[in-house]
Amino acid sequence: MNAAPLNPGQLAPHQAASSHTISVLVDNEPGILARVVGLFSGRGYNIESLTVAQTDPRENLSRITIVTTGTPMIIEQIKAQLDRLVPVHRVRDLTVEGPHIERELALVKVKGTGDKRVEALRLADVFRAKVIDAKTDSFVFEVTGNSDKVQTFIGLMEELGLVDVGRTGIVALSRGGEAL
Amino acid sequence: MIAEEPATTGADLLVKALIDEEVEVVFGYPGGAVLPIYDSLFKQNRLRHILVRHEQAAVHAAEGYARSTGKVGVVLVTSGPGATNAVTGLTDALMDSIPVVCLTGQVPTHLIGNDAFQEADTTGITRPCTKHNYLVKAVGDLARIVHEAFYVARSGRPGPVVIDLPKDVLMNKHEYVAPSKPVQHKSYRPQLKPAPEKVEQAIELIAAAKRPVFYTGGGVVNSGPRAAKLLTQFVHMTGYPITNTLMGLGAFPASDKQFLGMLGMHGTYEANLAMYNCDVMINIGARFDDRITGKLAEFSPRSKKIHVDIDPSSINKNVHVDLPLVGDAAHVLEDFVRLWKSHQPRVDHKALKAWWDEIDKWRARNCLAYKADNETIKPQFALERLYKQIKDRDCYITTEVGQHQMWAAQFLKFEEPNRWMTSGGLGTMGYGFPAAMGVQIAHPDSLVIDVAGEASIMMNIQELSTVAQYRLPVKIFILNNQYMGMVRQWQELLHGGRYSESYMESLPDFVKLAEAFGAVGLRCHEPAKLDDTIKQMIEIRQPVIVDVLVDKAENCFPMIPAGAAHYDMLLGPDDRAQKPVSEEGMVLV
Ligand SMILES: Cc1cc2nc3c(=O)[nH]c(=O)nc-3n(C[C@H](O)[C@H](O)[C@H](O)COP(=O)(O)OP(=O)(O)OC[C@H]3O[C@@H](n4cnc5c(N)ncnc54)[C@H](O)[C@@H]3O)c2cc1C
Ligand SMILES: Cc1ncc(C[n+]2csc(CCOP(=O)(O)OP(=O)(O)O)c2C)c(N)n1
Ligand SMILES: [Mg+2]
Repeated sequence: MNAAPLNPGQLAPHQAASSHTISVLVDNEPGILARVVGLFSGRGYNIESLTVAQTDPRENLSRITIVTTGTPMIIEQIKAQLDRLVPVHRVRDLTVEGPHIERELALVKVKGTGDKRVEALRLADVFRAKVIDAKTDSFVFEVTGNSDKVQTFIGLMEELGLVDVGRTGIVALSRGGEAL
Repeated sequence: MIAEEPATTGADLLVKALIDEEVEVVFGYPGGAVLPIYDSLFKQNRLRHILVRHEQAAVHAAEGYARSTGKVGVVLVTSGPGATNAVTGLTDALMDSIPVVCLTGQVPTHLIGNDAFQEADTTGITRPCTKHNYLVKAVGDLARIVHEAFYVARSGRPGPVVIDLPKDVLMNKHEYVAPSKPVQHKSYRPQLKPAPEKVEQAIELIAAAKRPVFYTGGGVVNSGPRAAKLLTQFVHMTGYPITNTLMGLGAFPASDKQFLGMLGMHGTYEANLAMYNCDVMINIGARFDDRITGKLAEFSPRSKKIHVDIDPSSINKNVHVDLPLVGDAAHVLEDFVRLWKSHQPRVDHKALKAWWDEIDKWRARNCLAYKADNETIKPQFALERLYKQIKDRDCYITTEVGQHQMWAAQFLKFEEPNRWMTSGGLGTMGYGFPAAMGVQIAHPDSLVIDVAGEASIMMNIQELSTVAQYRLPVKIFILNNQYMGMVRQWQELLHGGRYSESYMESLPDFVKLAEAFGAVGLRCHEPAKLDDTIKQMIEIRQPVIVDVLVDKAENCFPMIPAGAAHYDMLLGPDDRAQKPVSEEGMVLV
């Protein structure tokens, strides 16, 4: 029958996966987080980071910031799927829609004495981490920045007596004066 | 907003809101948590309640009602088991984009989370199988939520919506506020019209095609009868060939010479080869389902694809398209017709003629041919005979799931939308009979037939009691091959003929079964007597089961085995030996 050579450009899934930061404005109502998380797990998408909090008390809106990876076709699907959830107001792909800033906050507990303790404090200074709790043999640092910086700081603390880490996940906004 | 009346209970308020939504029928089943609603129903006579015998059937009945009328189907079930029984129906409605509002009872708010009697986390369970769901926490929110739910169910891409109603909310009092019309939803506002330049581009692309094909689906039916009319008009204006999905049958008249029949796994040779070889594909309201595309990498490899769909998530989901148009089918088709008229594009008639010549060669293969038999009834023959007697009648068809469903799609021809109700996306055995009840409720004087398999019909057979109670003259036309034929066909093809558990042992005597429920039972096993049996079935103004004993071994062709390309179609039993199914294909469903 009419077997014919394939046009290789026709299917997109061969494209490479990349990381995207997606900002979603939603009604702050019960179940909304379950809807979003259920969508990701049910359809087999990745979540690398997810943050959520109410951001507009007057309109009762929350902002969910999701970092996910996928091919362009998958990312397009993720956005379309999010957008069709009824309580979702807006979906923006910050990664493709121009420059944006991302921040993450971590609390980092380090235990140690002597040189290690001094070195931890010195590095904290370099990373502009704040000491928010101190005992004679421990510190809790608060460090903010993009995920790379936070990760690097935590990595360095590993050698200096890292005990515990709490991370917020990423929040992000576009640069400039425009709202989402 | 003006308060209209003194305070009423939540249950009364709910009934008022349903009436304001122009609901006429509710399919349901009572229980403790919804007793206040049943009490409110008892006290009024605007809403009709149809008592089903299983909550799954209530949802399918509502689906049949909705699909055959274009209205929203309404379901009422109790908490816990009532709600969980409805889940299959809700999933079915979600997959096939059917507008349904399902009211579920819930334990009182102060008991939620306590594992109370007949408590289930209904919003949790139904979140992935509804378009949206609500838990009503205060009676003051009830009316707004009901109106919003109907808006969500019917707007954009339609779907099922659950409203979970704690019992205390139903008993608390509040004033009823009539809805503002039209409902203004704060976040859900589907786009109905694409950008005008996209429509222009589409027209250009369509006009320049040399080997075009229209591939249209359930979205045209969802959009409404006007969309089907506009589609027919536009397809006639272009002179191009058209194929429909299983869900789209009837949106274009099947008897029209431009119609190539259904496409896909059990679609026609000509439709699938037209899809494979086309240079421009015009998809309107179809979702590139895997039953259509077959092997994705070889799906229509040389075509430019236009995709009209109201749901952006349907676009570029499975197949990359060149020109997406987000919008409602009727709106877009209206623009297509208008622009085609005003532009008077010059199509390449010579190329088109050559394309039709090629298509006619494929058509000449006569891919739906089967070997008739004087002794045993072939299922295809049974449907041909059925079609002969129903085609000039006011008739609605539903189906169960299996080979009989595919044969019904191939052999019954639909000239208008909303006449064909089938479970496409979920493929729910047990759908057809309750769906037929819903259709019959909406169209009391029409002929409503469920084309069934003997295995599927057993899945909601209890509804014979419902049709008896309401004297619904639904016909159940069983193509009884004594096998789960579709399963048997795959086992024959993929599993070396090891018919593991696909044989129906100890089937009931369907004639006696019908009689036990006060219906009429007929049986036929001779081809020569079939016409008479069908005539009898049609004439009896009562529910009828017709047990048609058909060839047990017949397989449904054409068939594109899972994971194969369109040109790798099996045309008949003799075609099979040479084409082993790939390992890749084996893992697919
Ligand atoms: C045993 C079995 C075998 C099957 N074999 C086949 C087969 O051979 N061929 C076949 O075709 N199917 C077959 N099916 C059915 C198949 O599984 C799918 O259900 C079907 O193909 C989907 O049809 P559709 O693409 O028209 O989409 P639908 O499920 O009807 O979806 C409708 C699409 O239209 C969009 N839409 C909704 N409303 C509008 C609007 N107002 N305007 C514009 N767009 C809108 C929706 O967003 C969606 O994308 C089979 C099913 C079973 C159970
Ligand atoms: C609820 C449900 N369970 C299982 C299946 C898998 N399945 C698809 S077709 C089929 C057999 C249907 O047999 P029958 O109703 O006799 O129809 P036939 O194929 O013989 O025409 C089965 C088991 C299904 N579609 N739905
Ligand atoms: Mg069977």
